[in-house]
Amino acid sequence: MSTREMTMVEALRDGLRVAMHSDPGVFLIGEDLGIPGGFGGGFTVTLGLAEEFGHSRVMDTPISEIAIIGAAVGAALIGMRPVAEMQYGDFVFCGMDQVVNQAAKMHYMSNGQVSVPMVLRLPVGASARGAQHSQSTEAWFMHTPGLKVVCPSNPYDAKGLLIAAIRDNNPVIFLEHKLLYGGKGGRKESSSAAHVAGVPDGDYEVPLGTVSVKREGSDLTILANMLMLHRVMEAADVLASRSILAEVIDMRCLVPLDMQVLITSAQKTGRVLIVEEDNLTGGWGADVAARLNEVAFFYLDAPITRVAAPDTPAPSAPALEHEYVPSVERVIEAAVRMMAG
Amino acid sequence: MTELFGLPLETMREMYRRMVLIRHFEDQLYALFLQGMVPGTLHQYQGQEAVAVGVCTTLRPDDVIFSTHRPVGHFLARGSTARGIAAEIMGKADGCAGGKGGQMHLTDISMGAMPSNAVVGANIPIATGAALGFQLLGQDRVAVSFFGDGASNTGAFHEGVNLAAVKDAPVIFVCENNQYGASTAISSMIRIVDIADRAAAYGISGCVVDGMDVLAVYHAASEAVEKARRGGGPTLLECKTYRYSGHSRGDPGGYRSRDELEQWRQRDPIPQMRTLLTKEFGMAEADVKSIEQACQSEVKDSIEFALNSPEPAIEETYLNVFAEDK
Repeated sequence: MSTREMTMVEALRDGLRVAMHSDPGVFLIGEDLGIPGGFGGGFTVTLGLAEEFGHSRVMDTPISEIAIIGAAVGAALIGMRPVAEMQYGDFVFCGMDQVVNQAAKMHYMSNGQVSVPMVLRLPVGASARGAQHSQSTEAWFMHTPGLKVVCPSNPYDAKGLLIAAIRDNNPVIFLEHKLLYGGKGGRKESSSAAHVAGVPDGDYEVPLGTVSVKREGSDLTILANMLMLHRVMEAADVLASRSILAEVIDMRCLVPLDMQVLITSAQKTGRVLIVEEDNLTGGWGADVAARLNEVAFFYLDAPITRVAAPDTPAPSAPALEHEYVPSVERVIEAAVRMMAG
Repeated sequence: MTELFGLPLETMREMYRRMVLIRHFEDQLYALFLQGMVPGTLHQYQGQEAVAVGVCTTLRPDDVIFSTHRPVGHFLARGSTARGIAAEIMGKADGCAGGKGGQMHLTDISMGAMPSNAVVGANIPIATGAALGFQLLGQDRVAVSFFGDGASNTGAFHEGVNLAAVKDAPVIFVCENNQYGASTAISSMIRIVDIADRAAAYGISGCVVDGMDVLAVYHAASEAVEKARRGGGPTLLECKTYRYSGHSRGDPGGYRSRDELEQWRQRDPIPQMRTLLTKEFGMAEADVKSIEQACQSEVKDSIEFALNSPEPAIEETYLNVFAEDK
């Protein structure tokens, strides 16, 4: 398989293309996905796909989040594999009944007679757009039995996880961080942390239910996902220069969660720092901390610590947003404090 | 006579049988409920039988229906077994959903009956999605969404019907206007007389149907189904009907008058159909009675079956949260 340099947007687009070529049941549904002269969904991920696959399989809808998600549920029930897009992850709340009461519960309530193989793509993360276009929503879905939750940090994982999510027989919530897209042209985010990476051209899957050790270390374990993973990697370099060796784990899939990798790492380092962009209270980090506490408490040399957004809505002004989103400096401070403790 | 109103006697007999089966099943279930033998809640279908039976008779086995929190009529009309439904409502292992669904969440995929939906209006976009799937696959199957008058005021109705309209989705929206959303009269919650008028706002066909007349429902639904199969898009059928029972368990219906109930009962779909069969078709009284007795036996058998069915195994709690890997 040949490899190309791709941004995350290109990798996601390629993933959709691979999945659509390999299965005629895969189709896309959402707002502004394939309008000629339009922008290919909220962040250009579907650009060109309508020309390649036709407007039936790249289905543009009215601004109707209930109908987009509901229609995906219905199509999945008859055996299709819809990939639905919310233009911004925040808008999923308009259609939350369809996610939480419908998609998540149909398999269980029917005693396995039906399944709902669909993917719901949500662009998330703060990017100077204010409180209704900035949330990280993973914890809302992690709390709902029946949903899988995926949140990649790099182009390779994004493509492989998306293909795996589309082929999974369950509803999968697929979060994409706006500052990681690295989209070409006008939609590239000014404060983007995105980079290109070598991504195989063809068909491959990154299995759901896996986390990824991005850096090995012996002094403390840092768990992070999406944009925060990049901040943590930067922090880990600085920490290493101060002789603090961090092990960094990319939490690229929160449900199902591979707890064993986390436990093994916690046993090795004795310290766990969790870094997330979500609000502190009830974020994914709270649950992971509780679970680690139950099984790894006696290996720990310091309290499990969280660095997260404060419990405020996301402010819009860049100066305030900078305060809101966990920074490299906050990660370093927390790690140093834990090592001193 | 072997045919009436364009329908063969056999079809008419079967429609009558299914209406009687629904009525008797619901009555017996209520009796059981009064004895404290039914867990949870009950939402009953007595009075509305003509709608479920009239619509479902027009469908093919490969079509799908999406029902509501009041699903028994739709499932029996579709051909699901009384045994599976009774056991499900009783929370037993042999229920059509293994006891994990309950009264409001029946599923019988073998009969094209998708999980019934207890969130008012929610099945409208879902049925639309199933129809869009059929369209993408190039199949001439249709989806039916049953919902009540109250559902027509939800956002899901607006979004689902509009999406179906702009995509010409092969879906039939069957609004069973039984006059009340729980205790609230629909006339106090909409400014129009006919919910079917809303179809015009979406640019689709809509019509008012006498929901107490199974043949009227059958003919209106046939037209809508054939239109959808031909690619003609969705139809909104508003079937005017009435539920004789309260909204759910413990609802004595104090918000409506005895006179009103009596007036609707005068137009009960079952005696109407019975008269038609005996007077117009010339069916022998004994023949009709044998249908009714068969229904009674079937219901009796289903309740005994449900009572004797074991409780679900405890480990079932943890199964079917996620579907198996491919």
